[in-house]
Amino acid sequence: MHSPALPAMRSSRRFVSLAAALLLAAVVVSCGGDDTASTTSSSMSPATDAPDTGAPDTTDDVSVDPCENARGTITVYSGRSEKLVADLYTQFSAATGVGVDVRYGDSGELAGQILTEGSASPADVFFSQDAGALGAVSQAGLFTTLSPSTLERVAPEFSSTTGDWIGASGRVRVIVYDPARVPTPPTSIDELLDPSWEGQIGFAPTNASWQSFATALRVVRGEDAAREWLQAFAANDPVAYEKNGAIRDAVNAGEVALGLVNHYYLYEKIAAEGADAVVAENQYLPGDVGGLVNIAGAGVLADSDNGRGAQCFVSYLVSDAGQEYFVTKSFEYPLVAGIAPAPGLPAFADLNPPALDLSDLSSIAETQELLADVGLLTP
Amino acid sequence: MAVTSNLTSIRRSKLPAPLAVPAVLAAVASLAPLAYLIDVAFDRGASYLWGEIWQRRTFDLVARSGLLAAAVTAASVAISVPLAWSVMRSDLAGRRVWRVVLALPLAVPSYLAAFAWISWESSLAGFWGAFLVLTAVSYPYVYLPLTAAFARLDQALDEIATIHGRGSVIRLMTLSARQCRGTIAAGSLLVALYVLSDFGAVATMRYDAFTWVIYGAYRAGFNPTRAAVLALVLVVIALMLVAAEAMARGRAVTTMTSGAVARPRPIRLRRHAVWFQSLALAVAVVSLAFPVWRIVVWVTNFGSDDGVGDVMSALWGSVRYSIVAAAITVLVALPIGLLVARYRSRTSLLLDRSTYVTHALPGIVVAISMVFIGVRVFRPIYLEAPLLVLAYVALFLPLAVGGIRSSAEQIPLGLDDVARSLGSSPMAVVRRVNLPLIAPGIAAATALVTLAAMKELPVTMLLRPTGTETLATRLWTYTTVSDYAGAGPYALAIIVFVAVPTAIATGKR
Repeated sequence: MHSPALPAMRSSRRFVSLAAALLLAAVVVSCGGDDTASTTSSSMSPATDAPDTGAPDTTDDVSVDPCENARGTITVYSGRSEKLVADLYTQFSAATGVGVDVRYGDSGELAGQILTEGSASPADVFFSQDAGALGAVSQAGLFTTLSPSTLERVAPEFSSTTGDWIGASGRVRVIVYDPARVPTPPTSIDELLDPSWEGQIGFAPTNASWQSFATALRVVRGEDAAREWLQAFAANDPVAYEKNGAIRDAVNAGEVALGLVNHYYLYEKIAAEGADAVVAENQYLPGDVGGLVNIAGAGVLADSDNGRGAQCFVSYLVSDAGQEYFVTKSFEYPLVAGIAPAPGLPAFADLNPPALDLSDLSSIAETQELLADVGLLTP
Repeated sequence: MAVTSNLTSIRRSKLPAPLAVPAVLAAVASLAPLAYLIDVAFDRGASYLWGEIWQRRTFDLVARSGLLAAAVTAASVAISVPLAWSVMRSDLAGRRVWRVVLALPLAVPSYLAAFAWISWESSLAGFWGAFLVLTAVSYPYVYLPLTAAFARLDQALDEIATIHGRGSVIRLMTLSARQCRGTIAAGSLLVALYVLSDFGAVATMRYDAFTWVIYGAYRAGFNPTRAAVLALVLVVIALMLVAAEAMARGRAVTTMTSGAVARPRPIRLRRHAVWFQSLALAVAVVSLAFPVWRIVVWVTNFGSDDGVGDVMSALWGSVRYSIVAAAITVLVALPIGLLVARYRSRTSLLLDRSTYVTHALPGIVVAISMVFIGVRVFRPIYLEAPLLVLAYVALFLPLAVGGIRSSAEQIPLGLDDVARSLGSSPMAVVRRVNLPLIAPGIAAATALVTLAAMKELPVTMLLRPTGTETLATRLWTYTTVSDYAGAGPYALAIIVFVAVPTAIATGKR
């Protein structure tokens, strides 16, 4: 392990020589560029009215509201899509008075950006689509501990073991199936290896959720057993689709009998097109590794210049209002006890997902190598 | 022929400082991402670096990426030669329209074309899908400069060949192409580098290539060291290609005549016309009409949430950054292009070649390296417009240098000598003789960089000022949640508005 600060300093010297040349060009750019956009950047003007450094005192009373005295503006690196969470940011600002500047992007790339920026990152909060990217930032020591009152809202298995990131919503792997063709859907992924399903299973080889499932398979069953299952699965000639939504549509249209997807795609379609248009149904897989529950979640950067605002934001994600937002907007599972999931979903307590540390899902690169090796990644 | 005399008359005189100093600064600055890569690649020590490289997997990737690059480049040359020749040198019906239409596929982002195809026919996934899409979007890098070269080609050779009974259409075309070997080599290099650094097409087509794995190292592996090591391997391959192109070009000097080329008389295609028309039609359908048709279907079937206002504001973002970037890139490229064309020496060639290094890198690598540099050296402009523009300049410098260089090479060196003998200083020669003559090359270079910047996604995503949108980022916003109807208007806007600079680049001759 190396400290992120070391290569940075070493490289700074190397770059001083380049700086002169680039600076010359920068001056030219500044003259020619239209700079109206700079007004939106909060990173240049640290919230001087929020003198704290962000890390909450670990002796903080649990009852202290992280949003007390929160103000100014925070910069959120958002791996969650604008379509899904833009309204949530607006709600948060209206409720707390804290402004939000958002940078949307791919969760993995944003994690890469934060790791590269190191302690100089303009980000105050990283809101990621999956646990793996949060784990990578956490491992680099760039997150700070979350407020105790925030952490206690969510069960420990859906947060970082060190308390520096927290799950905000849950996404469950399911089998989506066509009841007309599949009267008794499989209750375990091992049943999918039956030759009767040959050419009848849809999956999305490049999709992050599928790869997270395959990672969970490795973590839970071990490398050899995972390889064995994947090889048998590949031998059953599954049909590759670009995305989860395409699998759902293919099952609904009768192209394939069943597919491996996240639970909410079905409810999105019902919400968009009405229940009559959707014949496909979800088969949940309690007690099976195929029923993995992954999370989307967030952490506060240790070097945030508005730590109070950032802590307030993350606490808002797991507040009743924040949780209700995910229930109604994305049909994801709320992770806070006492908040009911969207109508039609089984109770969270009945999901019985495989027991694993979500941080272990960060070994996706190894999963991709394995998938490529058994021929499931490329045609 | 003038070929030999020109070769000998290229003088190895001392480089004038007003050109050399900015050229060296620009070339060195454009290598900043390379410095970052070397730095990070050695983060875990040299043994880790060798361990990463010395794997069966790395060699497989080299072979697969190399195969794809070779196939796409060969196909691009194979279609660009007859297309460019027939629209410039023959009596092909509608050739003025074809000239522009055949350049337009440059406006189609590879990720968009790839999705248009795979969502229509999923069995295209793999090598052939990637080959089809990459050929369709990158052949204009050969076609475009070749149309310019054919336009300037002396027709005397055509006439001589005809007189000697070697005037068949195919022979004449081959003859012209041979004279433009340098142009073909230069375009091929750009195509090959495009293929090596492209992510959108190989990822969508699930072809296991270098860039896919490099992106994976960032996105899924959170392993910048591995990404940097693989990127360095890519740089080495790119440098070999760059050197190969320099050798191919070195033997073929494109300056042909006194400089006063008469407008060539079109060669009659007669019964061959149908083949050339079919080829032009097929290429236009595959590379332009098909993706546009798919986008229109998405939009009309499902509709889009965004209004004209949203599209216009994203368009303004794109236009603003890309035009400023193009102007600066051309300014920065001018000294390099002029030096290599007018003062050929080891140094000027090296300057020219060095600009290709960053261009050969996948967008995400350039983006992350600019994040690294920006946060440490340019903190005040980090995540501001100037740094984004600087990144574009570093990325697209060789596109501008190439355009300036090829048009500057067309000016007979004798003109400089005359001006010098009349008492002009070297810089006065540049100002009063060279610059006016290469104006069309400058316009084409500006257009090329503008459209490349408008399509660019990874660098734009990571470096754009917080809260600003471009066409490419809006397109990503929708495609990432599989909303292709929502993405449609932005996709069409990119194609339409990139078509403008493309038409300028083509129409100038």
